[in-house]
Amino acid sequence: MKAPPLSYVRAATLSEVFQLWRDAGPESRLLAGGQTLLATLAFRLSEPGTLIDISRLRELRGVTQAGSSAIRVGALTTHAELGRHELIRSHVPLLAEAVPLIAHPAIRNRGTIGGSLAFADPAAELPACCVALDATIIARNAADERRIPAAQFFTGLYATALRPYELIAAVEFPIAKAGERATILELARRSGDYAMAGLAAKVRLAGTTLVEPQLVFFGLGERPAVAERAMAVISGQQVLASTIAAAQAALDADLDPPADQHGSPQTKRHLARVLLARALKRLAGTEDARAA
Amino acid sequence: MSTHLDITLTVNGERVTRRIEARRHLIDLLRLDLGLMGSHAGCEHGFCGACTVRVDGAIVRGCLVLAASLDGAQVETIEGVSDSGEIRDLQEAFVARNAAQCGYCTPGMLLTAAELLKASPAPTREEIREHLSGNYCRCTGYHAIVDAVAAAAAKRNGGVVR
Repeated sequence: MKAPPLSYVRAATLSEVFQLWRDAGPESRLLAGGQTLLATLAFRLSEPGTLIDISRLRELRGVTQAGSSAIRVGALTTHAELGRHELIRSHVPLLAEAVPLIAHPAIRNRGTIGGSLAFADPAAELPACCVALDATIIARNAADERRIPAAQFFTGLYATALRPYELIAAVEFPIAKAGERATILELARRSGDYAMAGLAAKVRLAGTTLVEPQLVFFGLGERPAVAERAMAVISGQQVLASTIAAAQAALDADLDPPADQHGSPQTKRHLARVLLARALKRLAGTEDARAA
Repeated sequence: MSTHLDITLTVNGERVTRRIEARRHLIDLLRLDLGLMGSHAGCEHGFCGACTVRVDGAIVRGCLVLAASLDGAQVETIEGVSDSGEIRDLQEAFVARNAAQCGYCTPGMLLTAAELLKASPAPTREEIREHLSGNYCRCTGYHAIVDAVAAAAAKRNGGVVR
């Protein structure tokens, strides 16, 4: 339970990160909040040789409005900062709702959004939120910056579209539009643990009709799973018992959850159905979601 | 880039300088290098919460923080907050309610509860449970701990129990 021997170096500027990174080689790792990385080191799941501490880089901090339609969240924003930031609470409320589900207070004080997305744990909340909200990952390397839609960012189990020597600088979230509702639900053995199954959902309500729904499940596969068929089933519908049942049936083809320590594929499919019903009722505001 | 480095930080108000291994986590620095045995190493991978301490005013898992990254930081441990009297009421409530049995989780529980009461002076029992959910206790079954935190909160609020 002790980390393997390693070297440590702290970067003072963003350009210095890339220089240090090249010098240390591709096995080295960036250290941000460390809340996942240091646990994996304790388990000796990785032996990076060198850790490059980026946690003090001002360039990667801050939550700001980016133009009239987006909020830019610096990669080093902690979960705790995200949960209490006024711009997030007013304009990207799904993120504020997700924060209490992420681990525990002491971990939220240190873990960062950039770290969570770069690690890409299939059971983590923020990757699913980013996909549901159509966020854009802003990646940087020594030479330039590129914008990656969240839907293309998570490429597999703990795998992302980041290239060697490229880091996440920030994430941009569209500002929630009028009539838009979003929610996140998960089932976990202990509050704050990784979810057995979770769902980040977003929809626009035209009266009581569901428009442009987004249903993104987590903890049910190698990466955030967009339930395309269930989304098609509920699009243009009202939240009635029949809508919910049809959407639940459609999940069978949308999801292919592997067995894990939390249960069999059948168990996971059942949990996904339960979450979908709760989320749809909550989005429609028809009844107490807990009663589902 | 080095496997050993010199750091200077403030621990419980006292400035300390040490040469440490880069892989050393904060709890080993506190316990093994500084002799502050009140912070406990439990699972050492971020699960149990026994190692909860404060860094720059906010609680953290001491086992998930590299000491090397703390050059210039302010660290507070159970020894520091006990000496200052900041959480005396919580500690007295833990004693009164028998919320500490073996005591292994207690320092972490106290620092976590202290942060809750600072942010939310009148928490419900549900909020207390939620805030302490990352701190394992294997003795009490948690009821006595929740009782103690609720009692301390109520006392701070002039006896109002929610």
